[in-house]
Amino acid sequence: MTAALDIVQLSRLQFGLTAMYHFLFVPLTLGLAVILGIMESVYVMTGRDIWRRMTKFWGVLFGINFAMGVATGITMEFQFGMNWAYYSHYVGDVFGAPLAIEGLMAFFLEATFIGLFFFGWDKLSKVAHLAVTWLVALGSNLSALWILVANGWMQHPVGARFNPDTMRMEVTDFMSVIFNPVAQAKFVHTVSAGYVTGAIFVLAISSLYLLRGKHVEIAKRSATVAASFGLAAALSVVVLGDESGYTAGENQKMKIAAMEAMWDTEAAPASFTLFGLPNEATHETDYAVRVPWMLGLIATRSISGEVPGIKPLVAHAEERIRSGLIAYGALEKIRAGRPAAGAGGDATALNADDRVTLTAHADDLGYALLLKKIRPDVTNASDSEISQAAWSTVPAVSPLFWSFRIMVGLGFFFIGLFATAFYLASSRKLVQSRAFLWVALCALPLPWVAAELGWFVAEVGRQPWVIEGVLPTFMAVSSISASNVLITLIGFIVFYSTLAVVDVYLMTKAIRLGPTIGEPRSPAAIAPAAFPAAAE
Amino acid sequence: MLDYEALRLIWWALLGILLIGFAVMDGFDLGVATLLPFVARTDGERRIAINAVGPVWEGNQVWLILGAGAIFAAWPPLYAVAFSGFYLAMFLVLCALILRPVGFKFRSKIDNPTWRSVWDWALFVGGLVPTLVFGVAFGNMLEGAPFRFDDTLRMTYEGNLFGLLNPFALLSGLVSVAMLTMHGGAYLALKAEGPVSGRAASAARFAGLALIVLFALAGVWVAFGLNGYVISTAMPHGGPSNPLLKLVTRAPGAWLDNYRLYPWTIAAPILAFAGAALTILLSGARRDGLALVASALAVAGVIATAGLSAFPFLLPSSLDPNASLTVWDASSSRLMLLIMLGVTLIFLPIVLVYTAWVYRVLRGRVTADYVARNSSGVY
Repeated sequence: MTAALDIVQLSRLQFGLTAMYHFLFVPLTLGLAVILGIMESVYVMTGRDIWRRMTKFWGVLFGINFAMGVATGITMEFQFGMNWAYYSHYVGDVFGAPLAIEGLMAFFLEATFIGLFFFGWDKLSKVAHLAVTWLVALGSNLSALWILVANGWMQHPVGARFNPDTMRMEVTDFMSVIFNPVAQAKFVHTVSAGYVTGAIFVLAISSLYLLRGKHVEIAKRSATVAASFGLAAALSVVVLGDESGYTAGENQKMKIAAMEAMWDTEAAPASFTLFGLPNEATHETDYAVRVPWMLGLIATRSISGEVPGIKPLVAHAEERIRSGLIAYGALEKIRAGRPAAGAGGDATALNADDRVTLTAHADDLGYALLLKKIRPDVTNASDSEISQAAWSTVPAVSPLFWSFRIMVGLGFFFIGLFATAFYLASSRKLVQSRAFLWVALCALPLPWVAAELGWFVAEVGRQPWVIEGVLPTFMAVSSISASNVLITLIGFIVFYSTLAVVDVYLMTKAIRLGPTIGEPRSPAAIAPAAFPAAAE
Repeated sequence: MLDYEALRLIWWALLGILLIGFAVMDGFDLGVATLLPFVARTDGERRIAINAVGPVWEGNQVWLILGAGAIFAAWPPLYAVAFSGFYLAMFLVLCALILRPVGFKFRSKIDNPTWRSVWDWALFVGGLVPTLVFGVAFGNMLEGAPFRFDDTLRMTYEGNLFGLLNPFALLSGLVSVAMLTMHGGAYLALKAEGPVSGRAASAARFAGLALIVLFALAGVWVAFGLNGYVISTAMPHGGPSNPLLKLVTRAPGAWLDNYRLYPWTIAAPILAFAGAALTILLSGARRDGLALVASALAVAGVIATAGLSAFPFLLPSSLDPNASLTVWDASSSRLMLLIMLGVTLIFLPIVLVYTAWVYRVLRGRVTADYVARNSSGVY
């Protein structure tokens, strides 16, 4: 390792930064889209104009945020090919499909109708416009579904097989890719987290208006919508947390063991370490405060299910490396036996015995590739090198341990916040409860903290794999010069930082102007007295 | 049931259809952005131009996202080679594309001439740069790109950004700019009113003329100045997707072979020329709707010409011609092509139906009066 960042580190840094930046905007889009749908539904059902004005006001903020989401999202799609070319070759046969379907089924829907959401108020009937709003919300949710099908496959690659003739993974069962339990759990968890983000955004800004005594009628109603929607969403984030999906695969087990800093397997049901200092040198957790049974219950939803610890998982990884080396040896013979280019004939029929061997051990091929980081001729690896590679399957324990705990703590805080807001709103005490309004306002950044930590846990916990058990991250990069990646990395940082400043400035300006923006310049719409706001 | 060869052929055609879909749909709003500083001078005029594409450009850009996604899903080696090989060019496209959503959304949020002028130029860059780079990429596709594979199919690329900017590729870039400027002009002539509409129609005529000249020049160059690529060994059309199993030679003028072999393919360049000529005539007569149709046909003709000339090559390698990516050895697995075909046949018609409905709702010209009435709601 040299002191300078190598291509793998630079590519990871670029992907991590651009993904986390993109994910500043996505959760708010997911949540606000549904909240807009709810508000406009109330407008169409009751006919009260204040609900139309609410929809238009929150719609302005939605639009600014959506633009940033689109601007940063396109980078993500290009980046797989630009920085992760070997990844794109190696798993494109499986991974490309959910991205393409996302465009065709979800993003087309969202992006085509979002224009009508803003430009269609005077051109559509009430019901038609409501349908447009819900189609935008549907599109953004379907979009999350397909992206998480793709991401879920990286965490738990089902329904695919290695093909030695094309040197890549190829799909065998697309249904199991779609109904991947990890993907389904992640989808519910991520979308609910987006709803929480949207709800806190609306609740916090409404609280600001109530504290200042401005736009009170709109703020009161918005806060009520946010409180009820947010409470349901916050409960679903925790209850349907995607931890349940972590028991599905080998690396998912490793991830949960690392998140819990659980070095050895405990007798079922395992205890949950509330606090402690994971020590990565001694493989112990110092000063641990444990809650009996809790982890076993959370992770396996049973009292008999065992949650394996890090050490036994490493021992198992060592076995898989040895099995993977058999597959790797067979693959080398198949490649060596391939006829010269242009010789014709059916290359897929050669080396029948080696093909049988490869098939028998193909699931472990990726484990042999872990050795590539240690030596290029992996078949000559010594026992100590194999053990070193096996320990490389353990992700960084302490960051995962702490990130996970902060995220979960925030999750429970959100439930309390929304429950209180819901109680205050339904007993009509919200406007007077200034202390609570302050808490709600200060909570504004917290859902983003939780969401970013959630991604961090999911993706750092996946290391050293880019595709769990199939392809190590260090092999997945493009064979391009590190300086190119550095140039684009700096470019993105400068470009994105500038846009972030502009975005926050415009958001703040729109919030300061309040619900008066987004209205046609006709006298009737400006005079608040025209609407019987006190009709409640 | 469809065999592997048929599926590959279908997906080659679908790739063409998606690229044409992108160039026809997103092409006009890229063209309008490129024309923005020239056909619209006052803030009011610029807002007419921007709002002529404002409600639809976002949906149009999904054609690009879908195109990239379809290349990833159906032609993974092409996706890996093109995106990492044309690295800094792709980065330029990304930067330009990032400017578009924020440019449209942010520009009119603040009533300050400097602010608005900065975003107008950002939109101009966001329209011109992708148009130019995509054309340059097509030029490099016809010339071949300097890449090769090792036996694990890891690709290395031995070129840089300046290698991409060679004379033929720049000519292709200009063809692309002329084509989409014509298309954007034709669209804006139809959707805007007053002087903006008139200037847009003139721009469409001028760009149409430029397209005819530049496209003809590129054709002469391909015939006499450029080495095409030919597969020189018998090659199974249903074999594994491994680009290292065949031999390829280069020959001058070989990109015209398909027109001799399959004479019907000559329809593509004829469509390009005829479409451009009709655009000039129709927009001169201010038959704006028909002019836009003619311009769309020209766009389809130009892209089909590039694809048909190179067939069965997707991206030849100038460094190691044998490693060239072709329709027969750079696709996804048969099962994935079949699944994606099913998905496309179900969802693409649905997309077309609701897109048509949205355009119908938004029909009619964007007027100065409309922009003034909805000043804070529109772009």
